[in-house]
Amino acid sequence: MSDEQSIELVERSQVSAKAAEFKAGGWRLVQISSVPTLGGQEITYSFDKAYRLQSVRTTVPNADPVLPTITGAYFAAFTYENELQDLVGLKVLGLPLDFKGNFYRKAMNAPLTSSNPDGKAG
Amino acid sequence: MGTRTVIPFGPQHPVLPEPVHLDLVMEDEKIVEAIPSLGYVHRGLEKLAAKKDFNDMVFVSERICGICSFIHSMAYSTAIENIMKVEVPERAQYLRVMWAEMSRVHSHLLWLGLAADALGYESLFMHSWRVREKVLDVIEETSGGRVIFGTCKIGGVRRDVDAATLDKTLKMFDDIEVECQEIVHVFAGDPSVHKRVAGVGILSKDDAYALGAVGPVLRASGVTWDARKLGYAAYGKLEWEPVVETGCDVPARVLVRAKEIFQSIGLIRQAIKKMPKGPVEVRVTGNPNGETIMRVEQPRGELVYHIQANGTKNLARFRVRTPTFANIPPLVKMLPGCELADVPIIVLSIDPCISCTER
Repeated sequence: MSDEQSIELVERSQVSAKAAEFKAGGWRLVQISSVPTLGGQEITYSFDKAYRLQSVRTTVPNADPVLPTITGAYFAAFTYENELQDLVGLKVLGLPLDFKGNFYRKAMNAPLTSSNPDGKAG
Repeated sequence: MGTRTVIPFGPQHPVLPEPVHLDLVMEDEKIVEAIPSLGYVHRGLEKLAAKKDFNDMVFVSERICGICSFIHSMAYSTAIENIMKVEVPERAQYLRVMWAEMSRVHSHLLWLGLAADALGYESLFMHSWRVREKVLDVIEETSGGRVIFGTCKIGGVRRDVDAATLDKTLKMFDDIEVECQEIVHVFAGDPSVHKRVAGVGILSKDDAYALGAVGPVLRASGVTWDARKLGYAAYGKLEWEPVVETGCDVPARVLVRAKEIFQSIGLIRQAIKKMPKGPVEVRVTGNPNGETIMRVEQPRGELVYHIQANGTKNLARFRVRTPTFANIPPLVKMLPGCELADVPIIVLSIDPCISCTER
């Protein structure tokens, strides 16, 4: 059995609906991760079903760093989404358990963004 | 509705070797809500990838955890090998399985000891850790290290193990298996243990799946899922099936881990017996360019490495999702309805590794 993987690109506004589709299809949420790009962040949502990994990717520009929550479909996403708020500086809209940037205790805000290449506290 | 009180649990607590915090909302002695809080010792290791050579990140990944250190380095190395399409020698693949399963045995023995201590069985705690020391002795004999193995590298493993040492390893695990049977007999058969924890910390099969539980927590709720079935390293060439229990409670999680000790010993035997002769590493040149999401099974469950490389010596992204991070929402689900006195053993039942989580 191999780890089959695929990534689908979607608009930011489609993320919640897409997550609901995966949930209805019986997929398990595996992870949410971010990759800094020059103009913002690429957010990747990964789901597993029967050892098959499928990911959905959207882009969030630095100029408008907001993202809808997927906790309506996957409650467990609150940990990942709070992490995005703390480490990447995104604002996740509609989070039911919002730590408001205090999920991690840290010396600086959003250390994993491209605007913080050295990751040093100010 | 009675008066509600909030009781802080952690970040320092006798059952927590590492800091994590829960706000427990109580009505009398019953928990109605649990709110987790992390990040007391977050190390920001993911950020190091922007500064360190991707080859050096093997050492960083191995230091994410002091228990499943080898499995972290194997996951990272395999992810880079997948991106660079490196063909790892077969002998190295079997050695990786051997060391990964040794990590699982000593991790589960460590956890059984902590669980025994939390239940008030001090001699069982010491007995479990005494046997664990023997596993660490085998690890030292084969790798040279007791905590950090330092054997995994991109392209294979750094050191081979000679036939005489492999024979000795098999003999040592024969003895370890007998001693583990004695320990597991107490956990599985002692009526006091059963009475104390039966029906405690329930997580239904549907909730475990929906909340993204992983590892023994998921399998103790009746879900058959184990990342080793993806067939990485030499797992695809060995005969084994995931350990699954259907109790959905603390004893079911104990049983899954207990049975996995014997499963791991069986996998070590298979790996040693089937291990072909040959080289243990290939030379890897150039820089990785591409992306992968690598999944392996740690003692605590599915570990995810999301690696994005851009053709330079520094990775664009080194993201690690640890099993404890995934098991926090299931823990939050287990606690409501439980008695305050049951919180320590329920928290312990997910085998929290905050060191991994605070990568």
